Amino acid sequence: MADRVTTWWLRSVLPIVLWGLASAVYGQMGVYMETEEFLAAAFPDSEPQVEVIWINNERREVLEEILDHPVNALRVSYWISGGKSAWILDEIGKDRPITIGVVAQGDAIEMIRVLVFREIRGWEVRYPFFTDQFLGARLIGSEQQGVGLDRQIDGITGATLSVNALRGVTEVVLFLIQESRGLGE
Amino acid sequence: MRGALLLASLGMGFLSFQVVAQETASVEETIQRQQEQIDALQEQINATADFLEAGSVTQLNRTQLQERDVGSQTSIGGYGEIHYNNLNATDSDNDTDKMDFHRFVLFFAHEFNDRISFFSELEVEHSLAGEGKPGEVEIEQAFVQVNLSNELAVQGGLFVLPVGILNETHEPTTFYGVERNAVESAIVPATWWEGGAQLVGNNASGLSWNAGFHSGLEMYTSGSNAFRVRKGRQKVANAVATDFAFTGRVRYTGIPGLDVAATWQYQSDPSAAPGDGLDDGALIEAHMIYTNGPFQLRALYADWEFSGTAVEAAGVAGQSGFYIEPSWRLNERWGIFARSETVDGAVAGDQFDEFRAGLSYFAHPNAVFKFDIANRDYTQLSKEGSSYTGFNVGMAYQF
Repeated sequence: MADRVTTWWLRSVLPIVLWGLASAVYGQMGVYMETEEFLAAAFPDSEPQVEVIWINNERREVLEEILDHPVNALRVSYWISGGKSAWILDEIGKDRPITIGVVAQGDAIEMIRVLVFREIRGWEVRYPFFTDQFLGARLIGSEQQGVGLDRQIDGITGATLSVNALRGVTEVVLFLIQESRGLGE
Repeated sequence: MRGALLLASLGMGFLSFQVVAQETASVEETIQRQQEQIDALQEQINATADFLEAGSVTQLNRTQLQERDVGSQTSIGGYGEIHYNNLNATDSDNDTDKMDFHRFVLFFAHEFNDRISFFSELEVEHSLAGEGKPGEVEIEQAFVQVNLSNELAVQGGLFVLPVGILNETHEPTTFYGVERNAVESAIVPATWWEGGAQLVGNNASGLSWNAGFHSGLEMYTSGSNAFRVRKGRQKVANAVATDFAFTGRVRYTGIPGLDVAATWQYQSDPSAAPGDGLDDGALIEAHMIYTNGPFQLRALYADWEFSGTAVEAAGVAGQSGFYIEPSWRLNERWGIFARSETVDGAVAGDQFDEFRAGLSYFAHPNAVFKFDIANRDYTQLSKEGSSYTGFNVGMAYQF
């Protein structure tokens, strides 16, 4: 009897439940924030300008040291208004790129958002309970001795590579801000 | 005369003014031409950069820092580990001295669109597979995930069950020790995959959950492997599907550094054969991982309760295991750990206490060299001769 009930449930009820759920909550997956929404959140009262910083060999060395892998980008574009800048960078966690938006006021992190997450595990990094750790973070160290954040970022078990991606991108952004200021850009 | 001089001066002045005006115009023209050249060069540089970055910049002002895709939507990854075991048993006939490329795994993933993805894991175990050979070729994961919303997804196909620490995250660079822990081998038979479907949910509080219906075990009820959970895995290879199983998990990761989870699984007939004295079974597993800076503590407990006359008569209706593992990441390169385990499985070979301690050298976050010392004491007299002390050396990678 129990087997018949299980079989009936599997054949009839489960597909209907799954179809119902799919229909009810069907939406865009993995895309948590569009670029326009991110920029509107970053610059609610102003229209930012787009700037570009070129990745020369010296900068590439630092970026590769931070990210622990070769960096192919030739330039990074960002938005700037007053002392505030916003950046959108893709960095691979385990298999797929995570699209990460970072906003900095001066040389400190003001906001960090996962705009698109494409991997099967590590989704926790998009929630404030994790990203709040970065707020106010600044860069310490030097190009010669290596750069890093001024604080400890606690990881998430099973999401180490996604955590590393967010930490790396944050360091990259803060480093590029330092560099762009050096150029008077 | 004075008038002539004045006229001459005016004439000279006019001529000078004309020359200066012509020179200024010429300089302006030059500047304009140079600016046009600069603009043209800038355009050429941008066009060159566009060309070189083609495929890596997929939308305006989104910079991809690393290219690793095959095509645009398919990715490949993998991991592997080689072990050297040198173990001296109480009875030297049971000594182990071997080298084994234990696992060679390739991942293939494909993103059909923003909502639908495919993930797979293909493994060669023990280097050589085939009739009479020690290894196997296995598909450990092959499922499609459809994201129903930002908080809910459904997975269908062949997937690893949401149970324990290692079953889902078993890349060898993520755990200490040359060999995996024994509890998640004898009691939670990792790597453990089944065919079916599951819902996966999460929310902003850090709470997540899984609920899945899937194929079940086919455990032996007689012979040397009777009631051993690990030997009951069908691996979705023409698996008997008369009796399904359910797995549910609740997990909390809302505090950075903390991971707490509990899994309950019900097997409606773990032997997939009615009337053989093994009627049903339930697994409860709970674990905790706490990381604070370089320090981490892992603890896991798993317990099976089976019902049926045969399994109860054999005295193995309850099978359980526990381990605790503190570790310390000394710096970017080095980490040390110790692990204590107790396993109480179905047969004498699955009943022991074990202690391991060792170190890992991270040449790269994804390339690790490992060393540990191990001691295992079997609790049954019949296996006493297999109790051992020894050491293990390994190399592990993932990409």
